[in-house]
Amino acid sequence: MYVYADNAATTQVSRRAAEAMLPYFTEVYGNASSLHTPGQRAMEALQAAREAVAKAINADHKEIYFTGGGSEADNQAIISGAMMGARQGKKHIISTAFEHHAVLHTLDKLKKQGFEVTLLPVHENGVVTPEDVAAAIREDTALVTVMFVNNEIGTIQPIADIARVCHEKGVLMHTDAVQAVGHIPVDVKALDVDMLSMAAHKFHGPKGVGALYARKGIAVVNVIEGGQQERGKRGGTENIPGIVGMAAAIGEATEHLEDDMKYVTGLRERLIEELSKIPHSRLNGDREKRVPGTVNFCFEGIEGESLLLWLDAKGVAASSGSACTSGSLDPSHVLLALGLPHEVAHGSLRLSLSVYNTPEEIEHIIQAVPEVVDYLRGMSPVWDELERGERPHLI
Amino acid sequence: MALYSETVMDHFQHPRNVGKMEDADGIGEVGNAKCGDIMRMYIKVRDGIITDVSFITFGCGSAIASSSMATEMIKGKPIEEALELSNKAVAQALDGLPAHKLHCSVLAEEAVRAAVKDYYDKNGIAYDPAMFGGDCAECHLNQE
Ligand SMILES: Cc1ncc(COP(=O)(O)O)c(C=O)c1O
Repeated sequence: MYVYADNAATTQVSRRAAEAMLPYFTEVYGNASSLHTPGQRAMEALQAAREAVAKAINADHKEIYFTGGGSEADNQAIISGAMMGARQGKKHIISTAFEHHAVLHTLDKLKKQGFEVTLLPVHENGVVTPEDVAAAIREDTALVTVMFVNNEIGTIQPIADIARVCHEKGVLMHTDAVQAVGHIPVDVKALDVDMLSMAAHKFHGPKGVGALYARKGIAVVNVIEGGQQERGKRGGTENIPGIVGMAAAIGEATEHLEDDMKYVTGLRERLIEELSKIPHSRLNGDREKRVPGTVNFCFEGIEGESLLLWLDAKGVAASSGSACTSGSLDPSHVLLALGLPHEVAHGSLRLSLSVYNTPEEIEHIIQAVPEVVDYLRGMSPVWDELERGERPHLI
Repeated sequence: MALYSETVMDHFQHPRNVGKMEDADGIGEVGNAKCGDIMRMYIKVRDGIITDVSFITFGCGSAIASSSMATEMIKGKPIEEALELSNKAVAQALDGLPAHKLHCSVLAEEAVRAAVKDYYDKNGIAYDPAMFGGDCAECHLNQE
């Protein structure tokens, strides 16, 4: 049995989305900017997709801009918010310490252009409070950008409350909802956010396509200059198959949202229940405020990459925030932001589930993980010192 | 996973000489838990020959494979030869390591040297301290 439990990285494209896309490769392949019939059919598909995506998040179709994925939507949202602020002399942006790099690196770029950035703490439970946001807002704050669901630990942020705090003080609010859309209810009117980013491949749509929601009145700034596509805000011939696939996937996800959430939450609870029994383990992130599918554990005395390699060999695809998997000397900035010591953060494991996972697969994971943890601890000098009391247990 | 050569994966999944050694003549430990890898090497020495060797390692796949390979390369060899074991030789024997994992082979070389130094120290054998440089130069945390 091989179990794919890395759905926060990317998902399987649903059959419905894949089938919806197919005709747009070989039959309806016109350029949506062309005047001829094939082009106009592509334009109609684009418009229908825009309406479907808008409907799924309770937006107007004129508020949807298709992009080349979640990162591009994040870049565009943040740059747009920053430029709107700068025109009024506001050059301060508030975000959090555990955002995706698509956000953090865009903020770094803006810092070089004279913006000031405040990164809020995310507390031990991985949840930012509206009070923290309120306290950080200044006269010159242009934008607050806080992710809806953290991609590594799955915690849900109080976006509606944060947006309220922002709007009371006349500050724009963006949320990176890449890990939220298709997984929990997302209603831009109820949330009252100004901008929101999403990516199709996180909800069983294709990779390389996403969307930016920008409320009417937001001056969207181009990240890609070019033709008049996306009302002049995103140059480049539209990825019609991808966009059609995104629309099909978001429709499917939102139709079944309640049932899917219940089902996936059940699988997740079983995982948490069993993995918590491993001694000196710790569930990262708030126990309750979490997206249905994502679970993140630390196991003391072992290192994440060897854990992943062994799990792969035993038929489980997962991910980790260890330094060796992050490609740097430091473990993931998300786990460090929770206040975890380096040596504990190295031993992290993220399992992220989807509706395609079965209860039998969960049992397979529950069997494999403790076996691998035990084996690696048995050959770990760190675990040896912990066991002999030469090193204090941290979890 | 194609990140690693077949040899690395073989040593990772079937590590040679793994485990603690109760009656070791020398024990060397290098690395840092904060950096994400620690290697501990045990050696047994008779008449200047490393008659037995074992290791335990906390670290990534290449750290475990490098330790395992290093133990194979020094087992049964005179101490002088073990001291000549280079990280390059370990990496080569593993059919290469990804560039950002080369420090794992450095750790393996250093673990062997640390175990020999411990053996010398415990047995009052004189040596030139310059033979044993600092510890894992590449693994110092400079990003905290
Ligand atoms: C929270 C979050 N934001 C942004 C992104 C970037 O999305 P994409 O890979 O589609 O550019 C991801 C996923 O990689 C994510 O999880």
